[in-house]
Amino acid sequence: MSSLSIVSPDVLRLDVRQETDRIVAGIRDQVFHQLKRKGAVIGVSGGIDSSVVAYLCARALGKERVVVLFTPEADSSPDSIRLGRMVADDLGVRSFVEDISPILKGARVYERRDAAIRTVVPEYGEGYRSKIVLPNLIDADRYAIFSIVVQSPNGETKKVRLSLDAYLGIVAATNCKQRARKVIEYYYADLYQYAVAGTPNRLEYDQGFFVKNGDGAADFKPIAHLYKSQVYQLAAYLGVPEEIQQRPSTTDTYSLEQSQEEFYFAIPLAKMDLCLFGKNNNIPAEDLAPTAGMDAKQVQRVYEMIDAKRAVARYLRSAPLLIEEIKGI
Amino acid sequence: MSNAPAIARQIRQFIIDNFLYGQERAFGDDASFLAEGIVDSTGVLQLVSFIEETYGFTVDDEDLIPENLDSVNSVTVYVCRKANLPVTESPLEQSVGEHS
Repeated sequence: MSSLSIVSPDVLRLDVRQETDRIVAGIRDQVFHQLKRKGAVIGVSGGIDSSVVAYLCARALGKERVVVLFTPEADSSPDSIRLGRMVADDLGVRSFVEDISPILKGARVYERRDAAIRTVVPEYGEGYRSKIVLPNLIDADRYAIFSIVVQSPNGETKKVRLSLDAYLGIVAATNCKQRARKVIEYYYADLYQYAVAGTPNRLEYDQGFFVKNGDGAADFKPIAHLYKSQVYQLAAYLGVPEEIQQRPSTTDTYSLEQSQEEFYFAIPLAKMDLCLFGKNNNIPAEDLAPTAGMDAKQVQRVYEMIDAKRAVARYLRSAPLLIEEIKGI
Repeated sequence: MSNAPAIARQIRQFIIDNFLYGQERAFGDDASFLAEGIVDSTGVLQLVSFIEETYGFTVDDEDLIPENLDSVNSVTVYVCRKANLPVTESPLEQSVGEHS
């Protein structure tokens, strides 16, 4: 029987000034003293996380020691670069645009992805757009099995469940986007002797919402301990442009707009945040449910989903394994 | 006569070959693939492909639930039902037991 303790909706509220100071001191120590680099490179997507990291780095290291990169490709939303520029202009940092489409075309990424899609949607071709989506996982016990949504050039949409080969083919191809971005980020890091900042929030870091050796690769990850709603609090404190604060979180990876909910987290991020907090603090599902605006069964399903994703994420986070410890390094 | 024991053996062997990489560790016929960390959601997709190719029917979207696919026993009962094969009340009693 539950104690039915009330969980305050403010459990994730931060002292934003204190937290900012703590992160800023951490970045300064990590970049200058631990990594011994002269500044930071940040790939800015126009989303809330990378914007907050850019503001924190500029505050920690000085605007002259920060480089911001925009790495659009054929499927990127034009909003991404427009909002990214807003960040660079507001901070007064150097910025560079590097279109990664030629790298992706050279590696036949679009071609490989489209071939994988055609195994389940044979008519898919020029002028079509697509995204992959999860079913509703919260209202029923079902597996997180992806479908593809395609839109024909005349606007008709259809949804088809992915086969194993189609799913793996699409994901393997699109993961090249994040890896190509990292290639460019490290080009600038080498050029200026800078460190590369990673921009995952806690949900993403914990649940494996990143590409191994893609956006998962970085020298430091200054907001990986912050829940998504805490990132929003810092954004407001740091003066991140309002339009970025209001922008819904997207993956900006597929040609049809795709929210993070439909791709990975299955429920709105604010609820996911609370569920992760509840799970981390051993709060019984029935105690968290009223605060999260869900029923206890739904919360319990999310708790189970968190465990399942954590199991998969261990591979994503693992460093290369060695047969024996290498002494002296 | 029931086909269930043979199907259960095939399912168990598929799981061992594809997810345990030949290392037959102890898992009971009712052990949850997900809870035991044997199969993840991508693995479920692989299991679905195996079922469709081996038993010649399509796994419908509404069938993609743990009740049908989360253990040797549940898959066996599901396959027998979908393929219209006879199932004994306790499908695996003459089949594999717990492996150690």
